[in-house]
This record gives sequence, structure tokens and C-alpha cells, in this order.
Amino acid sequence: MQYQAPDSFDAAVTLLNAEQGMARVLAGGTDVLVQLRAGTVEPDLIVDIKRIPGVHDITAEDGGWRIGAAVSGVELNAHADLCADWPGVAEAHDLIGSTQVQGRATLTGNLCTASPAADSVPAMVAAGATARVQGSNGTRDVAVEAVGTGPFKVSLAQGEVITSIFLPARGANGGDAYLRFIPRTEMDIAVVGAAVSLTLDGDKVASARVSLGAVAPTVLLVEGAANAIIGTSLDDAAMDKLAATASAACNPISDKRGTVEFRTKIAGVLAKRAAKIAYDRAKG
Amino acid sequence: MIHVTTTINGDETEFVCDPRETLLDVLRDRLSLTGAKEGCGTGDCGACSVTVDGTVVCSCLVLGAEAEGKEIGTVEGIATGEDLHPIQQKFLDHAALQCGICTPGILVATKALLEKHPDPTETQVRYWLAGNLCRCTGYDKIIRAVMDAAKDMRSAA
Repeated sequence: MQYQAPDSFDAAVTLLNAEQGMARVLAGGTDVLVQLRAGTVEPDLIVDIKRIPGVHDITAEDGGWRIGAAVSGVELNAHADLCADWPGVAEAHDLIGSTQVQGRATLTGNLCTASPAADSVPAMVAAGATARVQGSNGTRDVAVEAVGTGPFKVSLAQGEVITSIFLPARGANGGDAYLRFIPRTEMDIAVVGAAVSLTLDGDKVASARVSLGAVAPTVLLVEGAANAIIGTSLDDAAMDKLAATASAACNPISDKRGTVEFRTKIAGVLAKRAAKIAYDRAKG
Repeated sequence: MIHVTTTINGDETEFVCDPRETLLDVLRDRLSLTGAKEGCGTGDCGACSVTVDGTVVCSCLVLGAEAEGKEIGTVEGIATGEDLHPIQQKFLDHAALQCGICTPGILVATKALLEKHPDPTETQVRYWLAGNLCRCTGYDKIIRAVMDAAKDMRSAA
């Protein structure tokens, strides 16, 4: 195995394209090093992107935030303005692992690992986040929900790398939230996750995005669930419809952490609770 | 093999390592700094905790090669010569250890906590140390030692 730490994404892409065997991009390494140790991946090349200028930066852009691919949970949650705009995203990422893992784990890495149970991904999907992808044909922006294609599978082509995540402008009267169910209080993997981002016009929901995690092979963007609350003030009927559409969108597996029936029911419960928090945050 | 120049506990250090070696492997097997322990090797137990540029991380989840140009802090750097750090003394006073395998990681994590939050709540301490597993003490003695150390360090500051 070769280890390279290039000083530009151009150089990183060149290295990745030149590799005949398996290559892995290293950001925080909280998944990659576990895979290396377990022997589930045996790469010929590791490309560490953390020496590339700008990858640790969070910069204001078009009213939103561009987050470098190597920004850790600690760095993300230390950014007061970003946390004020997108508390749901910041809290979702902060739920991952321990203090030690937060010192390294990145949004980009969580997205690229493509676990259906990734905590930060539903929050990013609800937020309407995009990933900037660089490859040999230049750069493109892709919706976060289009990155994962199945458990631990992504839509990126060989040699492509995510250079940053963009959280759009929060705008006035907006709020977001992410909730997960775990049987413990810390250090666990989501049995179900639900994220809601919405904006208000007066007391009514003007726009909304609802995303679910750990209830399907990929993180889901559930348009029907968003439509259930748009135009309402989250009255009981709207909340019931939100829960029903969220549960109906689920296509989970049964495993040691939860059954199909449990996950399906809890997805609706958490969607309602997250919507309420997002609504209250939007009210300010 | 990769040649790495780094700073460990304030001392400039050079080592050569295989690209697959973790920072934990390097510390223990090449530099004889055996304070950091390998519990799980997958970032769950925190026994290998060190600081990299002041941020507490699991050294089993860091490649040795990544240490280039970084400031690494290990449990060996906490005491000043023969004088124990207040956190270390409080762990002894409260008998906050039994087998001791988790202790170096907890000391490193606690030092980082108290540098950031000199007056933590018990809840804060419990969440901060949630990634440091101890199978002996049941945690209460550890938490008491940390709270007492924080109190003493605040009055000394």
C-alpha cells in the first residue's frame, strides 16, 4: 500500500486515475482505518486529502456555507454562525461516535461511506446540501441524496473525489432538525433517523424537505412527507399524514438493532418530532 | 517506508514507518511510548487516545504517516518530571482505576476536556468521556476524580 498526501485536488485526481489497483481517499479516516484493519478493503493507494489548502475551511458563499472535505465534527460545531443557520446538520454530525471520533470525522466521509444509517446524511439531504465533485473532466455539483446508491456504494466515478459540501442559504424563517433512535444515550448507530428542514410564511409551512435514514438501502428524500406539512401549521391532521407518508416510504431490513415493523413505525414518530423542532426553530 | 518528522510531547521526533502502520503502532512499537493502549483498534474504546494539534483523537484511527508536521501529545507528556499532573493525582486519590488499561486514554481525554471546559457539569464529563470505555470501575470514581481535578485546577488557576 502506498500513502500519498498531495497538495492539490488536481494532483489527487491524477493519483487516483493513475492507480491500476484499488484506491481509497482518506479524510478523517474513522471509517477507512477501521476497514483497513478489518481487511474489508485492501487498497493499493491511500490518498490523504488533508494537506490540500482549503480542506479545513468553512467559508461563506451565496448566503450559505461551503465546508471543506476535511472539516471535522469539532471544527464544524465550533463554527457558531453555521450552527445557528443549520443546527440540525451540526447536531446530526455531532451524534456520530465519541469525542475522539469527532476530532476526525467529516461530513464528506460520512457521505462517501454511504451507510444507510449515516447520521449527518439525512440532515444534509433535508437541508438541500450539494457535494462538489472533482474528476478528470472537471468539477460538478451533485445533490447529496444522489451520492449514495446503496449500502456502502456511491455514484462517484473512478477517480472522482468530493472536495466540499455546500449548505445553501438558510434564509429567513427557516429551521431544521435531526433525530435518531438508539437504545443507548451515546456511541451507537441509528436504528432510525429522521431530518426535517422547513421555512415558514407566517404560521404556515411554506417549504419543507423530509429525509429518513436507516430505513432503506439509501438515505431517503421523502417528498410526500414534505407535501403533507406544506401549507399547514403542523396541526394534528398534517402531523398524522406526515407520519403515515414517512412510514410508507420505509423499506428497511430487520437486524439486531431493529425490526422492519419497529423501524417503519418509529420513522413516522421521529419525522413528526423533528418537524416540530424545525418548526419551533423557524419561529425563532 | 515513509520518513516522518513530528513533535511528540514537545520534542521533535523522527521515525520511519510502513504506510499501513497506525500512529498507535508507531508510538508503541517504534518509539517505545507504550502509555497509549490498544483496546479495540477500531475507535470504540478510547484506550489509545492522544492529541493531534490539541484535538483528542484515537491514535488507532490515525496513520503514522499523517503525523508529519503535527504536534502529538501522549499520556507520557502529562506529568512534569516526577510531579504528577493534578488529574493524575486525583485519579490516585479517588482510586479511579483498577486494571489501568483505560487510564492513559482517560487522562489524555480529561486533560483536553478541562483545557476547553474548566468548569464542566457532570453530564458534560460523562458525554465527553463516553468514548473511553472502562470495564472495571463502573465510571463513578472516574467522574468524581475528574470533577475534583477540575475544581482544584480552577482554584489553582
